[in-house]
Amino acid sequence: MLLELSPDQEMLRQTTARFLADHVPSDVLRRLRADDAGFDRGYWAEGAGLGWTSLLVDERHGGGSVSGTGLVDLTVIAHEFGAAAAPGPLVVTNVVAAALSAAASADSAAAHEEVLAGLLSGETIAAWCPPPAAGGTGEIVGTADGDDIVLTGVARPVEAAGQADCFLLTARLPEGRTQLLVPAGTPGVSVEPLRSVDLTRRLGLVRLDAARLPRAAAVVGEPGTADETDEWLRQLALVIVCAETTGAMQAAFDLTVRWAFERYSFGRPLASYQALKHRFADMKSWLEATHALADAAAAAVAAGTPDAAELASAAKAFSGDYGGELAQDCVQMHGGIGVTFEHDLHLYLRRITLDRALYGTPADHRLRVADAFEHSKERA
Amino acid sequence: MTSEQEPRPGSAVSAAELAADRDLDSFRRRARAFIRENLRAIEPEERFGLMRPKLSDEEELAAVAREREVQRLFYDHGFAGLCFPEEYHGRGLTPAHQRVFNEEIVGYEYPGRLQAPTFSPCAAVLLECGTEQQKRRHLPRILRGEEIWMQFLSEPSGGSDVAGALTTAVREGDEWVLNGSKIWTTGAWWSDWALCLARTNWDVPKHRGLTVFILPLRAEGVELHRIEMLNGLKDFCQEFLTDVRVPDSDRVGEVDGGWTVGTRWLFHERMLHNSPFVTMPLGTGYSGTNPAMLVDVARAAGTLDNPRSRDLIGEARVLDLAREALAGRIATGIRSGRMPDQSAAIGRLFTGVAATRVTTIAFELAGATAAAWAEGDGTLAEIGNDFLMRQVSCIGGGTTEMARNVISERVLGMPREAAFDRDRPFRDVPRGARNRL
Repeated sequence: MLLELSPDQEMLRQTTARFLADHVPSDVLRRLRADDAGFDRGYWAEGAGLGWTSLLVDERHGGGSVSGTGLVDLTVIAHEFGAAAAPGPLVVTNVVAAALSAAASADSAAAHEEVLAGLLSGETIAAWCPPPAAGGTGEIVGTADGDDIVLTGVARPVEAAGQADCFLLTARLPEGRTQLLVPAGTPGVSVEPLRSVDLTRRLGLVRLDAARLPRAAAVVGEPGTADETDEWLRQLALVIVCAETTGAMQAAFDLTVRWAFERYSFGRPLASYQALKHRFADMKSWLEATHALADAAAAAVAAGTPDAAELASAAKAFSGDYGGELAQDCVQMHGGIGVTFEHDLHLYLRRITLDRALYGTPADHRLRVADAFEHSKERA
Repeated sequence: MTSEQEPRPGSAVSAAELAADRDLDSFRRRARAFIRENLRAIEPEERFGLMRPKLSDEEELAAVAREREVQRLFYDHGFAGLCFPEEYHGRGLTPAHQRVFNEEIVGYEYPGRLQAPTFSPCAAVLLECGTEQQKRRHLPRILRGEEIWMQFLSEPSGGSDVAGALTTAVREGDEWVLNGSKIWTTGAWWSDWALCLARTNWDVPKHRGLTVFILPLRAEGVELHRIEMLNGLKDFCQEFLTDVRVPDSDRVGEVDGGWTVGTRWLFHERMLHNSPFVTMPLGTGYSGTNPAMLVDVARAAGTLDNPRSRDLIGEARVLDLAREALAGRIATGIRSGRMPDQSAAIGRLFTGVAATRVTTIAFELAGATAAAWAEGDGTLAEIGNDFLMRQVSCIGGGTTEMARNVISERVLGMPREAAFDRDRPFRDVPRGARNRL
């Protein structure tokens, strides 16, 4: 997270941090393990009132930022989500809201004003089905039938699939890859829940079996242009996920530093052993580098600079690799208690682990970085 | 010595142009025009490798002379000492100006040998701790490229334990007489001055008996020896000081107050790559294998399209982007006070570890050619020697182990390591198996 927040951003951060501490402390998270949705709709609607879903939406459509750069503001929220291992579909609702807002501004297709308003108020939950380029698997193909589109295919893993009122997905249509908004109740659409490493984030497989929907109402943006939009949405998702991972790393690290001071062995605190101190120093360097890279990626994606894709992938690769190492090192510092359900550490370990695997693994992103690096070198 | 007789900074440009520099955009335009007009564009290959001995002594001296010239060009065009006060012939501009200049100079020659340690830590220490007379005498000359400085810090008896210096200074009237040996000075054989940490009191604990002096390298009693590194590089030197006489007016800080100066000295050394006093093309200023060469290495090895190569190239590039972003974060944090000064050690640790990994990746990409090459192997040649030198990235400028101590103890507040040299006269501190008590 940025070292220097503006007063408005700091207010945004504190409001969300307090709300999460009050509503979803760790004992609540443990209880939510057994909850089908993993979060409470009322909780989400209240959070939406704090700005959780409005920051990537244009002011004309009811959104707005606090700093002028909504994506950076959103990373502040995402950081607090990670630091609290908080429930709720933060990544996917924001990605869908951004897509609908952009499409409404372009005014080129059906306006999804009602859905967008629902996302802003928190009453509607939308899930984004990441295309293969964004780490999803499965393909969706659509055929035209009069004024309808008939969709067949699968998408997985989809965050909040079982809770979503509608899905934003990309289908291969005769005119090219096109984004569509598909109501969850459409006949032929079904969701198979997946098991997840996270306690509260629910993921699912979305299946479309000759699902028919009116073309005019379903298309988002310009038909045949989904590749470009998908790339932008992919970058947004990476920025949000990296900020969340950073928050979870920070919380796990802070917890473990406290433990090192409190826990005594052989009459000395763990924090006095050089073998352990040096590992804390390494972790601190990974943590600060993750902060720095996640912030650099957020700024670049927000500004749409030429290095945005490379920085977003670099942040995802780095936070995935080193976030995982940091979390596991924190477990090691705790010893046996670190792998129990009773201790809070696994809440962060779970979130870091989930985020590491979604939207492209570190290895996927290293290849992307290599491609971008080679191309930028060729241009130079 | 009086400033009236000295050339004015920025004398080659109009006062109006200099005044317009406050605006960052117009400063950038002027810097860009100056750089393109006056400096030589460099081929990326010139930055290949890790501390490779590339130049003969004659070529090295010619390069030093050219760098002095370039520094003088900076001075005459108002680009020297951007963040030094105007009274010492700097420009009194902001760190943002230095950053802009460092961005614009990417891809061009720059006076690298004059930046470290001359500008940081040496000039930075003079600016903070020097007397008015010392600052007026040396800073303008440094900014003009007339004085190249060394740091006489490390000694053969110990690198990390800087405050354990054995070089001794004894007062004789208005003079000090120095005896001892210093080591790891890069390019001392073509340098002019040194900042020297010496012991002035053996009867107090080690940190309280040190004093800092200014020393001309060509003074009588200074004997210089060039050290050959395992790859043939002869940049590093060792100096032997025998009855070297220094006037008291060349003392920096209080007598026995050398550690107050030393603390700032080490801070500026760690801050080198984020220092507002240093001109260094953005993203290239650290010791390590340049990741930009990896694409060429893999291509030369015929494995550029191999996913395994691409994974390694991606890893190296990610580490480099992380290093760069981290450096920016730490510089911002320290400037604003959100991070303690000691956080510079975080950057030092990360940079060292990342650099060794990138060097290993280059070695891996080069395959067997890394170990056995022919003259015509181009990019692939010499990579094995880089690997042999790999650990310099974790040793030079303070080891990564020291950085880990600083981070855990000074940033995270963990208990300090037990030491057997505190609270007892330095004279009584064990200094080796032979004088163990």
